[in-house]
Amino acid sequence: MVNPIANDAYYQSLQQLQSIDFALVELNLYLDTHPEDNQAIQQFNELRAQRDTMAKAFEGQFGPLMNYGSTTSSQLWNRGPWPWQV
Amino acid sequence: MSAALRYLNQRYTIPDKVVGLLNDIGTEEFAHLEMIATMIYKLTKDATPEQMREAGLGDHFVDHGPSLFYHNAAGVPWTAAYIQSKGDPIADLYEDIAAEEKARATYQWLIEITDDVDIQDSLKFLREREVVHSIRFREAVEILKEYNDSKKFY
Repeated sequence: MVNPIANDAYYQSLQQLQSIDFALVELNLYLDTHPEDNQAIQQFNELRAQRDTMAKAFEGQFGPLMNYGSTTSSQLWNRGPWPWQV
Repeated sequence: MSAALRYLNQRYTIPDKVVGLLNDIGTEEFAHLEMIATMIYKLTKDATPEQMREAGLGDHFVDHGPSLFYHNAAGVPWTAAYIQSKGDPIADLYEDIAAEEKARATYQWLIEITDDVDIQDSLKFLREREVVHSIRFREAVEILKEYNDSKKFY
């Protein structure tokens, strides 16, 4: 079943989010063992701010990313594609 | 899955200095479980019973139909006996490092046994993540050693 939400724009936005999420996960683990590295914290905060903006735009268009994600319309609630359907 | 359950359980009694690390790697491991489950789901979702049998998954199909299940490559179901939690920081962290190295080696064997380049790409990503996790756990051991040494002096 092809989900109507999963169009080219969806995949493009999702990939951008995944790229920034990957950088955040990597910084997250690095900071767990290097909490004194202020440069890394600064980088983490900058990327996190970018991620927030990106995620908000994504959720507005395609529906919530997580259970507490924002949603603009009931049409987008409880709709795939789920991660394993992407 | 063993990794996620192992770290998220050990975090209750590991020293505060490395709780965050166990918490965060444990969470990432659940994401890896979802990635692997997705690969299996996508590879098998349109397979006929005959194709499942030819792929060596006939026994799986009889017990589980088209669904997924937590068993290893030999069909042995997952059990908590695969993981440990000793309440001893060094014992637990060395177990975690070993878990990461075993996962890395398993991904290597999976990469070598498949000819599907997309699956290989995903497995290589997961293999590299295990390398990073292992490095972080080794750093955690050093952090706890330093902390213990400093306690003796002050």
